[in-house]
Amino acid sequence: MSARDEILGRVRAALADVSPAVSVPAAPRTPHRGDLVALFVERVEDYRAVVTRCSADDLAGVVARVLGGASSVVPPGLDVDVPGAVVDDGLTAAELDDIDAVVTRARVGIAETGTIVLDHTPDQGRRAISLVPDLHVCIVDAGQVVAHVPDAIAILDPARPLTWISGPSATSDIELDRVEGVHGPRTLHVVLVG
Amino acid sequence: MTTPHKTTGTFVGMPAFPTAAREALGDTQLRRNLAHATRTIRDKRAKVVAEVEDWEDLRLAGAGVKEAALRDLATHLETLEASLIRAGATVHWARDAEEACAIVAAVTKAHGADEVVKVKSMATQEIGLNEALEAEGIAAWETDLAELIVQLGDDLPSHILVPAIHRNRAEIREIFRRRMGDVGRPAPDDLSDEPFVLAGAAREHLREKFLRATVAVSGANFAVADTGTLVVVESEGNGRMCLTLPEVLISVVGIEKVVATWADLDPLLRLLPRSSTGERMNPYTSTWSGVTPGDGPQEVHVVLLDNGRTRALADDVGRQALRCIRCSACLNVCPVYERVGGHAYGSVYPGPIGAILNPLLNGVSDEQTASLPYASSLCGACFEVCPVRIDIPSVLVDQRAAVVDSHRGDRVPKAEALAMRAAAWTFSDARRLGWAERASGLAGRVLGRFSRTTLPGGRPAAGRLPGPAAGWTGARDLPAPPEESFREWWDRTDGGHS
Repeated sequence: MSARDEILGRVRAALADVSPAVSVPAAPRTPHRGDLVALFVERVEDYRAVVTRCSADDLAGVVARVLGGASSVVPPGLDVDVPGAVVDDGLTAAELDDIDAVVTRARVGIAETGTIVLDHTPDQGRRAISLVPDLHVCIVDAGQVVAHVPDAIAILDPARPLTWISGPSATSDIELDRVEGVHGPRTLHVVLVG
Repeated sequence: MTTPHKTTGTFVGMPAFPTAAREALGDTQLRRNLAHATRTIRDKRAKVVAEVEDWEDLRLAGAGVKEAALRDLATHLETLEASLIRAGATVHWARDAEEACAIVAAVTKAHGADEVVKVKSMATQEIGLNEALEAEGIAAWETDLAELIVQLGDDLPSHILVPAIHRNRAEIREIFRRRMGDVGRPAPDDLSDEPFVLAGAAREHLREKFLRATVAVSGANFAVADTGTLVVVESEGNGRMCLTLPEVLISVVGIEKVVATWADLDPLLRLLPRSSTGERMNPYTSTWSGVTPGDGPQEVHVVLLDNGRTRALADDVGRQALRCIRCSACLNVCPVYERVGGHAYGSVYPGPIGAILNPLLNGVSDEQTASLPYASSLCGACFEVCPVRIDIPSVLVDQRAAVVDSHRGDRVPKAEALAMRAAAWTFSDARRLGWAERASGLAGRVLGRFSRTTLPGGRPAAGRLPGPAAGWTGARDLPAPPEESFREWWDRTDGGHS
């Protein structure tokens, strides 16, 4: 008998007298009160990420200022002009390792947890480009910010690869002392538009 | 050509819990490290859990989602398999550790690789994957900081979330200085013991491994049946590196990780970070469904692992342990874990959850596993913090019964069984009970005169007794029996009338 059939057989035998019907209480949804975007900013900053707010007109200038002359890579579908940036056309990991920064957009922001989710569409690019460079400049539109985790889950498409980002890379593995900056980008700079 | 790393220690041959615990209690450095670390994480968790008004409802939802998935597991596994295949993944099934390790080794070898980079994964630790790969000439590099510390130190993990919780910064600095150079980029000469400097050394050490690796091995926190999505929850970015850069990704996933739908992730992704690291959300969560053309690994394998899970599934009381999402909150609040640490449990799953999971997965036929259900004071703190409401104390008691039952046919009965038989014989006859009461009253008077141990409130007690009673009295005070039994009092006072 194949391992598959044997395991499924064991599962069925184990549950022979067990009714599969079980009532699952719905996860609670607390209505959000107050300023969603302000909460998002507060929670993102709480992870020691940097947040800059600007208007759509100032966006390109703000991004350039944040980069401060650092070498950068951008996804092919980015709608913001980043002078001097390399447009990703399948760069190798080693090539990305020589680039200081990456500029991407995002799919959704979650206010309650200060989380940004990338779904790696062309304005965000392949997963590797927002991972290997040490500075991630992530542009989020105020209109993309939702209140809670379930709001984001409802929007996101699981068929796409997703990266949920809450602050810069961090570890608490040494004496439970939180340290920012391990393997992922050590600096996360969120540019919030609108 | 990479030299396979020297085998990390294994738990095989560990002594039973009472022996291992006694040794651990004597290690003052260990106790200091553990007390500091568990207090820190307990406080962090309490703070972020208090932020959530409807935490209890969230727990009920999380428990419900996992329980529903388990109760119809065969259906969900078949759905998961179909979804994964549709998304371009290759699905393997492994009955046990050996079969799972062989699959990972075969896929790795098929790509001519002699090394893999690994995301922290309890399932791959459980099956001893690193040792199995080493035997095949494949080096498995742990990339989580704490796992790296454990691997470089030829040590054993002692916590589910923070496997090196038993090490302090000075010890970690020593391990990095001594061992990093043997397996790759050495630690810098001026390495200090500041956590951010140590984390920086790990970043430099592992980066070359991430950039060159062709095969990565991961586990998964959740597997979504209807979409074929795997989820890895992490902090450092080592997970993202492994899940993104190599050409081939092999994920070893316990069959109990399945949830029915994408929406089912909602309560779990809210419960896990707050319970585990005490954060509103962990720095990185990656989800992927099979292969995405042009992005990430172009060959994706998923190994669905049984290895005792169907044994646990068949246990009506113990089944709930399979709801576990490996947050480790129960370890951090456990008064026993806080004092003895994780090694004493003799398994990659330590603490309260380990004390039920190990016997459920493996049975109680060996002495070490059979000792685990007793490694608890049944205080119930673990149940209170469990995000998926596993009633650990009830399962502990049930597993204790399983241990007793497993010895019913013994040719030489245990002291406990003899004591119970003697008690049954005594209690079944009024005259015999009377003799026993007189003897116990005498013992009470003697202890009252000579005992040097007293319980809170002043009642005299016996300290450590010799012989077979030592097993019980070695860690407990035996209260002195009352000098007069109820029946003696009744006779003397005519039922309280005189």
